[in-house]
Amino acid sequence: MSLGLEHYLVLSAALFSIGLYGALTKRSAVVILMSIELMLNAANIALVAFSRYIVPALLTGQVFTIFSIVVAAAEATVGLAIIMAIYRSRETIDTTKIDLMKW
Amino acid sequence: MNLELLLPELSLLITAIAVIMLDLFTERKGLLTVVSIAGLAIAAGFAITMWGTAPQAIFNNMLAVDNYALFFKLLFLGIAVLVILVSVDYVSKFARFHGEYHALVLLATLGMMLMTAATDLISIFVALELAAISFYVLVGFLKDKKSTEASLKFVLLGGVASAVLLFGMALTFGFTGTTQLPEIAQVIKGMSTQSLLANPGLILGLVLMIAGFGFKIAAVPFHMWVPDVYEGAPTPITLYLSVGSKVAGFAVILRVFYSAFALPEPLSLDWGMIFAILGAIGMTLGNVVAIQQANIKRMLAYSSIAHAGYIMIGLAAIGLSPTTDTLAQSSILFYVVAFTLADLAAFITVIAVSGKLGSDQISDYAGMGKQAPILALALSLGLISLIGLPPTAGFIAKFYIFSDAVSNGLLWLVIIAVLNSTISAYYYLRVVKVMWLNEPVGEGKVPSSFTLRLALAISCLGILLLGIAPDFIIKLAEMATSMFGF
Repeated sequence: MSLGLEHYLVLSAALFSIGLYGALTKRSAVVILMSIELMLNAANIALVAFSRYIVPALLTGQVFTIFSIVVAAAEATVGLAIIMAIYRSRETIDTTKIDLMKW
Repeated sequence: MNLELLLPELSLLITAIAVIMLDLFTERKGLLTVVSIAGLAIAAGFAITMWGTAPQAIFNNMLAVDNYALFFKLLFLGIAVLVILVSVDYVSKFARFHGEYHALVLLATLGMMLMTAATDLISIFVALELAAISFYVLVGFLKDKKSTEASLKFVLLGGVASAVLLFGMALTFGFTGTTQLPEIAQVIKGMSTQSLLANPGLILGLVLMIAGFGFKIAAVPFHMWVPDVYEGAPTPITLYLSVGSKVAGFAVILRVFYSAFALPEPLSLDWGMIFAILGAIGMTLGNVVAIQQANIKRMLAYSSIAHAGYIMIGLAAIGLSPTTDTLAQSSILFYVVAFTLADLAAFITVIAVSGKLGSDQISDYAGMGKQAPILALALSLGLISLIGLPPTAGFIAKFYIFSDAVSNGLLWLVIIAVLNSTISAYYYLRVVKVMWLNEPVGEGKVPSSFTLRLALAISCLGILLLGIAPDFIIKLAEMATSMFGF
């Protein structure tokens, strides 16, 4: 059996779903950030797989992936900095306890 | 390649870097404001000289320079000038990081300008994230409990939204084989209706992209971040989020869906209906929840969710008649300008009052009509425009967008919208009543600096001008949509 586009897409969809589940259920802000990275990387796998199988002559998907990796890195940096700031002001990063503002 | 077509963006980028450098060397922080505004004015000057020229594509069709993009670029530059003007008092309270504040405002502007010009999924994603990441930092700029909490909520939910958007873009790319909007349009036009509807991957991609963009424009059910972030953020940044980020989101949605997914008919009917339903839910939820808010920033947050719903009526009208309709686009453009001016007037007053009282509670606005009649008048004008009563800009804007929707067979949606406008009158006018009829609680006048009064005067004049003589902006909006290049 050889690997086809479907295998990569199933992997990508599974990773995306795991990431989304993590982002919605986890309490620690850092773990939520990790789950978001998982979702972004699932999209990257899909992009590269599509690029390889649909338009093998072009590098569109790979180029898109490089851009999205850079953006994800910037987002993670800012996210971690904000988590640091919130830890300094309240000594916790449990998202269920960060509830000053509601409704 | 023509680098001079990028002059507005380049001059803005250089200004942003210059502001950071200047911050290191000068003690007079007022200079940063002057430099930022000068940079924005230069960028606007370049943009004006390009107005009316034939649409051009640059960077291998990554960005388009057309009237549509220039219209929004000028709007964002104007908003950014006002945001920096009203930030003067606010920023002077910071001990450090004046340069970073100004630079981030400029970079957010740059991101939004690129968003409106982007014609490739890659450039759309990168520009959108440039604006979003700048805003994440700006929202947490105060570093107190509320501000950091708002920032954390924003960055986590925004991260999920951009991942969803990226996945949608990946699927769209996978099932069309290209990331460029005009080429996507060609591929989709070539598909038969049956193969299109039997292609769940593409539809899923489209829906995920709507979800990702829906976060930007605060469409229900992707609105949960809006009230918290608006309440916690520094008020000038709340202002910028509500008028800048949202408008940029609409500009991108309009370009993506109009130039890539407009044909064939069944597809545009699908997304037109999605926007109609999202709009109906959005304005109802926004208006109903706004009624019980005691904090004026939260009230305005829910009001902006409701206004996103009104603007989506225009998107739905385009989806239901994709081939002919330039009126719907120009009515969206006009609505966006009118909403921007009204929200500016309201938020600038809130900045002035919270600077004096340190409070955003509506009950603390009691007696404003006696203590600070000019401010109270400006806030009343802004709120009346948000309701959509003549002689303000909001009336003309609502009239256009509603009449356009009726002529496209969306009568049921317009009925919901009109009912909603009536509900909204209650909570907007409650603030007006508290200001003019209730007795003052504290004493003394509300001081406001020159820059604040200038910004307030500009937005109030704009509201009245657009309400009494809307022809000029309507003409610009029609030019912008008829020169919709790519």
